[in-house]
This record gives sequence, structure tokens and C-alpha cells, in this order.
Amino acid sequence: MKAHGVVHKYGDNVDTDVIIPARYLNSSDPAELAKNCMEDIDPDFVKRVKVGDIMVANKNFGCGSSREHAPIAIKASGISCVIAETFARIFYRNAINIGLPIIECKEAAEEIEAGDEVEIDFDSGMIYDRTKGTEYKGQAFPPFMQEIIKAEGLVNYINHK
Amino acid sequence: MGMTMTQKILAAHAGLDVVEAGQLIEANLDMVLGNDVTTPVAIHEMEKFNTQEVLYKDKIAMVLEHITPNKDSNSAEHFKSVREYANSHNITNFFDVGEVGIEHALLPEKGLVVAGDAVIGADSHTCTYGALGAFSTGVGSTDMAAGMATGKAWFKVPSAIQFVLTGKPAKWVSGKDIILHIIGMIGVDGALYKSMEFVGDGIQYLSMDDRFSMANMAIEAGGKNGIFPVDDITIEYLKEHSVREYKVYEADEDAVYDETYTIDLSQLKPTVAFPHLPENTRTIDNVGDIKIDQVVIGSCTNGHITDLRIAAEIMKGRKVAKGIRVIIIPATQAIYLQAMEEGLLKTFIEAGAIVSTPTCGPCLGGHMGILAAGERAVATTNRNFVGRMGHVESEVYLASPAVAAASAITGKISCPCEVMGE
Repeated sequence: MKAHGVVHKYGDNVDTDVIIPARYLNSSDPAELAKNCMEDIDPDFVKRVKVGDIMVANKNFGCGSSREHAPIAIKASGISCVIAETFARIFYRNAINIGLPIIECKEAAEEIEAGDEVEIDFDSGMIYDRTKGTEYKGQAFPPFMQEIIKAEGLVNYINHK
Repeated sequence: MGMTMTQKILAAHAGLDVVEAGQLIEANLDMVLGNDVTTPVAIHEMEKFNTQEVLYKDKIAMVLEHITPNKDSNSAEHFKSVREYANSHNITNFFDVGEVGIEHALLPEKGLVVAGDAVIGADSHTCTYGALGAFSTGVGSTDMAAGMATGKAWFKVPSAIQFVLTGKPAKWVSGKDIILHIIGMIGVDGALYKSMEFVGDGIQYLSMDDRFSMANMAIEAGGKNGIFPVDDITIEYLKEHSVREYKVYEADEDAVYDETYTIDLSQLKPTVAFPHLPENTRTIDNVGDIKIDQVVIGSCTNGHITDLRIAAEIMKGRKVAKGIRVIIIPATQAIYLQAMEEGLLKTFIEAGAIVSTPTCGPCLGGHMGILAAGERAVATTNRNFVGRMGHVESEVYLASPAVAAASAITGKISCPCEVMGE
């Protein structure tokens, strides 16, 4: 499995309130949520994002609320993977459980810039910045979590167990 | 190697003698919780399971409290979907208008969570029940659905940071000030993936409501859970509220902690978190001149009876400053009634505040007090992120009920000592 796209870059502590503000939580429809994704810190994100694009941020991405609407909105907006130095733990669980690929990698999070073209190989955990010609090794998931991701989420994983 | 208090609870629920940090386990759950925002997504996930049977009807709580009563037509549909599901599946602990309170105040009050439990909730502040000596943590809707379907959840066993609390806090220093101080010290990811275990002789001076506020905000330091040892104060609370059998776990003497911080509570001052992160803390003597537009006293963090008593003590016989909107939200119906019987609601209304029925409301910018561009609120809530209470250019300052009440009277962020002439 691979991802390939253009990078949208953010800083530290991107919280779930800016990923999808509470005023839109009266819907749980992925397409509806995607329309307002990142609105409060990046109003043009929705216009700019293309299917397959990649989100890169620094530490503690997805902190705050447990709203699964946040990874759902990111996934439905077309983002194929989120790379961050660290993820807040509930976001981390939610992303795995709904099948949104995420990778922790400090160096990649620090060096990759907005607009870079990036390719990710999920099997090896390698991240290639095609614009800069650099490469990074992301942290691999434990086998148990890889199985959930392979099953495309927790529900399928439990159904197949 | 010994286990932390959290590790002991997790080991017992996984049927293991010993667990260690980093180990992946599957634990049996005593309670699975959801609210009106997260439960509709969980119900949608439930429909994808091979089995539609809900095995543990008594171990599920559905609490319609985030934007209750129905805020608008979309949320009305959400509420309706949960009502229909709860009724058709005979969910025992379903709470709607008339019975509902803010979930993390309601579950302990109803005795649905006790010491020694393992609890997940599709709400980040589920960590609140650590105040009772339970392991509890926030998860998402899919985890909630899996918990409902299987009665279990997977966990990575956390390591822990130990906070040794010593000394007696000064008059206007509450659990809220202590936890804001800690978050200011370690940062919003200072306890990422970890337990925050509170110990020390200072705990004897903290009421259950203080402890609920502190465990509640463990998530604001990135923590997996916050937990207190069980003492006489806990046992008295449990006996008053629950008929369920509780179990007391204690950390081993040789338990290993990633870090240990010792905090002398007698040295702490009322503390305020400035926009837009809970770690941006300043003590009350360093806040400067911050004029405000709104005050909110309520939420799962500070909507308890002792919070309302403190606010009323400061507001009694005084008037809210001209132009300041003061919104007071008792966390549950029982707290509302108690506040009425004690005359606290009269004090608030005479001072010029309004009193709402239980709801999370403005805390998450849902309803009941949304801020316009450029407006500022002092709130006893738990988050001050960009746009949290309304417009992206509005600001939230997190504080204790005492500081919030004092600020309501002066119209700027103020020390209670100033208003009380101390």
C-alpha cells in the first residue's frame, strides 16, 4: 500500500476543535464534515486539497476532544495519510479504528514543507520527499494494529476474528 | 518490578497477574459511555457488526447532554436516533431531558462507576472517574461500538508520571488551580500516552469535587488517565452514591514511574490558562488587566455543587458588572435541585447571572453562550482552543469557579481576594 500526494503542513497541537469545529458536529455524514475540515486554522484547505494529498504536522496532532468526526473529516476530504512527530492518543486510536493511515516520524515532520510532493510506502514505513529528494523511516505499528489497519478498521477486524 | 495503580486495575481486567508498560492487552469493561455527539456515530458502526446483539445492557450508558435540549433540526435527528436505539435495545442507563446531567458528573452521582472499575467513554473527559480510583479513559465512537458489542477494549498498558501532592491549599486554591498549575508545568502533551497518578498527604485536603476536576483534565496534558488513591473521602462518596461493590487497588511500593513531581499545594495561587492552550498558565497576580464579556461557570470540570457554593459565596449580595453575561450551569438535575434548596440559584439570579439546565453547551461552542469575534470569556471549562466557544477570533480564559465569580463582579479577570476584601 502506498500514498502519493502534495503536503499540507501544520504546527504543534493541532486540536480536534480546529480539525472540525463543534458547530458542525450536528452532522456525522463524512462528506458533510469534509466540507468544513480545518476551517478555523486553514480556511482554504477544503478548496486546495486533492484526493491523495498528505497532511504533515509537528507534535500532539489531534489533541482535545474524542470526536471521531475529526479523522473522518480528514479522510473524507481526500487526505491519504497524516504524518506527525506525535499524535494525541485518542486521535491515534480513532485513526486506526476508522482506517485513516497515520505515521509518527519526527524528522519528516520537521523537514517536510507545505507543497512538497511526498510518497509513502506503508509496508516499509518509508517516507520519500520527492521535491527535496530526502527520505525518512517512520515508526512501524505493532503487528496487532497493522492487522486492524489491514482489515480497514476495528469493526471488520472484530468481525473476522 | 512493581505495578502502578493503573497497571494493577488493567491487569485484573485482562485476567493477568502482571502487566508492564507498552504491553498490548484486551480488558473487560465495567462501563461503556457515549453522548449525543459520539453515540450516533457508534450506532452507525454497530450496524456493521455481524451481530446486532448488545450483550451487556447494564454496562452501557447513553447520556444526551452535549447540546441538550435539541439545539437545532440536525441535532434533533441525532438525539432521535439515539433515543430509538436505546429504547429498542433496552439500554438500562439511558438519560434524556429531565434525568440528564453532564455525563462525567452524572455517572458517579448515579453510582454507575466505582473504585476499581475499567471504563471507556466516547468522550475525552471520561478520565474524570480516576477521582474514584477507577481506570477510565476517553476513546472514539468505533471503540464505543466495539465495547458495546464485545464488552472489551484493547489498550496499550501505560507508564505513569507520579505527582506527590503535599501541604494544604490556601483559601481560594481549588483542584482546578492545581491541575492548571500541573498542565502549565508539563505542557499539553506532557503526559502523552501516560497515566497521571496523584498521591501524597495533600490529597486529604481535596474534596471529591476537587479530585473530579483534576482527573477530568488529565487529557489536557495528553494523559491516558488520571487517578487518585482511594481514601476515606472516596469511600464516603461511594457509599452515599452506589450500591455496587468497589475494589481498592494500590500501586506497588516498587512501582516504576517515568517521572515524579512533588508539588507543595500551600504554595499555589489561583491560576488562569490564557488562550489558546490549557498550558498557557499564569498565576492570578500575573494576569494583568484583562477585560471580559462573558463568564461561564459549569461543565464536567466545574459544575459540581461545591463549585456553585464557592461562586455563590463570592456573588452573594453583589452585582455582576454592567455588560457582563454570566451563565451558570449546574452539571446535573440533583445539583440543580440542591443549589435551589440552598438558595444558591437565588443568589446568582439576584446578582444578575442566568442559570441554565444541565448541558455542556458553551464549553464546546455548542449553544447557550457562543462568543462573537473579539469577545472574551472566563470559563470554568477545560479547553481554550481557537474557536472553542464560538468565533475563531474569540478568547477563552480557563479558571476556577472562585476566579470566574470574582471576574463576573469586576468585569475583568480578578482574584477572589480582591472582591472579598481580603
